[in-house]
Amino acid sequence: MLEVLGFEFFRNALLAGVFASIACGIIGTYVVVRRMVSVSGGISHAAFGGVGLGYYLGIDPLLGATVFTVATALGMGVLEIRARQQMDTIIGAVWAAGMALGILFVYLTPGFAPDLFSYLFGNILLVPRGDILLMAVLVAIIVAIVGLFYLEFQAVTFDPDYARVMNLPLERLSLLLLVLVALTVVMLIRVVGIILVIALLTIPAAISRLYTGRVWSMMLLATGLGALFTLIGIGLSYVLNVPSGATIILVSTAAYAAALGIRGGRSVRLWRDTQNGE
Amino acid sequence: MSEPLIEVRDVWVTMRGHTVLEAVNLSIYPDDFFAIIGPNGGGKTTLLRVILGLLRPCRGEVRFRGGMSSLGYVPQFRTFDFDYPITVREMVISGRLGRISRLPRRYGSLDRERADEALETMGISDLADRQIRDLSGGEQQRAIIARALVGEPNVLLLDEPTVYVDTPTTLQFYEILDQLRERMAIVLVTHDIGVIPDRITRVACLNRRLYTHDSAEITPDMLEAAYHCPVDLIAHGVPHRVFPDHAGEGGEDA
Repeated sequence: MLEVLGFEFFRNALLAGVFASIACGIIGTYVVVRRMVSVSGGISHAAFGGVGLGYYLGIDPLLGATVFTVATALGMGVLEIRARQQMDTIIGAVWAAGMALGILFVYLTPGFAPDLFSYLFGNILLVPRGDILLMAVLVAIIVAIVGLFYLEFQAVTFDPDYARVMNLPLERLSLLLLVLVALTVVMLIRVVGIILVIALLTIPAAISRLYTGRVWSMMLLATGLGALFTLIGIGLSYVLNVPSGATIILVSTAAYAAALGIRGGRSVRLWRDTQNGE
Repeated sequence: MSEPLIEVRDVWVTMRGHTVLEAVNLSIYPDDFFAIIGPNGGGKTTLLRVILGLLRPCRGEVRFRGGMSSLGYVPQFRTFDFDYPITVREMVISGRLGRISRLPRRYGSLDRERADEALETMGISDLADRQIRDLSGGEQQRAIIARALVGEPNVLLLDEPTVYVDTPTTLQFYEILDQLRERMAIVLVTHDIGVIPDRITRVACLNRRLYTHDSAEITPDMLEAAYHCPVDLIAHGVPHRVFPDHAGEGGEDA
């Protein structure tokens, strides 16, 4: 089975998986602790608009997605500052409008729209060399920014009110974080597809939260889990000959269910003990 | 009289058509132990937020004088998420971020020292590596105060600090405040008149307007103006004369 490593497409798939895992381990942690799952969902679906735009302009759709998604994230961030009450519906609108724009752009593009399926549902085995490079750059940016602003992000995601009292630039840091979410979303498109990005972004971090008590260790564990699920997912899909993106997500979900089950079991046992007067 | 550290000058705050603060003038001096009392909804939290720079007044300003370097803040409500993965020490030391302006922001040995001191002062050193969600209400409150202290403030602002805390801890808490007074001015905001500690130096009543005689006495006219009704006060806890002697009565007033 290891002969498969001799193939470039497989090595690319592994690289893509690793880069994606690092990004979703780090940024997924913030998404989970700051409860930004809905916003991230909105951003990820809006990305499809960028994919369509990329096709329409004749550039790499992933590059179009990067620019479009970052712009969307910034727009939503500004709206969150100005119109916090309406955030729920704004997310819903952006979610759908992004998809609709993508469909429109693709329709308006002459010729075939190849690979649409792989953007929606991922196809890690078909990642071209150019996208691997893009992912490498994006993950480097993410790691650098989080490394630079680690304490600020912790303050802002833990207690934004107090962060403002300490004169930290709350708005700018929140916007920056959203931009990083956008970059992570773009990275995950190739791995699991737009529809399933949110799962890979949140599940490894959610599982990690059950076992860690510090932000940095939560990130580390989430990265490891993300890599593990990606690897197992690719392997299983290869063996069973089924789509890789969906398999990765199902592996992640099964692991999450198991972790919750174990936790729940322990809680129930503890509760039962208190009832029995132990 | 020394220079004031903070001057609140003619501050007005209007929210959604309601005037929450009206022409508030206030000075805070280095040796103040200042209690601001008043009914709920009277603008006490709003006033603190204006001083902290979290809210811009519609009119007026807050001036910080030469001796003023930083504010410590103990908010009324827990503004953070219980479930956040963070230890007590991490939360306390995060109060130092206001003092670090060079990027990349990193904690130095002085920051760690101050954090240990703050934990020590609040008596929670043994809880330093625990998750904040594993703390009791009183312990969390102490951690929040430690976070406010760690930045070496010269004015400490406390908003209803004893609401979540039981009586024995309240007494302990006021003893701690007594110690802290030696290094900073303390402004304590509360709706609970009965718990005013006996070392306060100044009292004011706030209900949209600020009523004060700049002394430690609460006079009936202050209270009636602030509460708009004759108020019967029952002193409980630490007995403390906040009311002036009534002329012509025997010494039986509480």
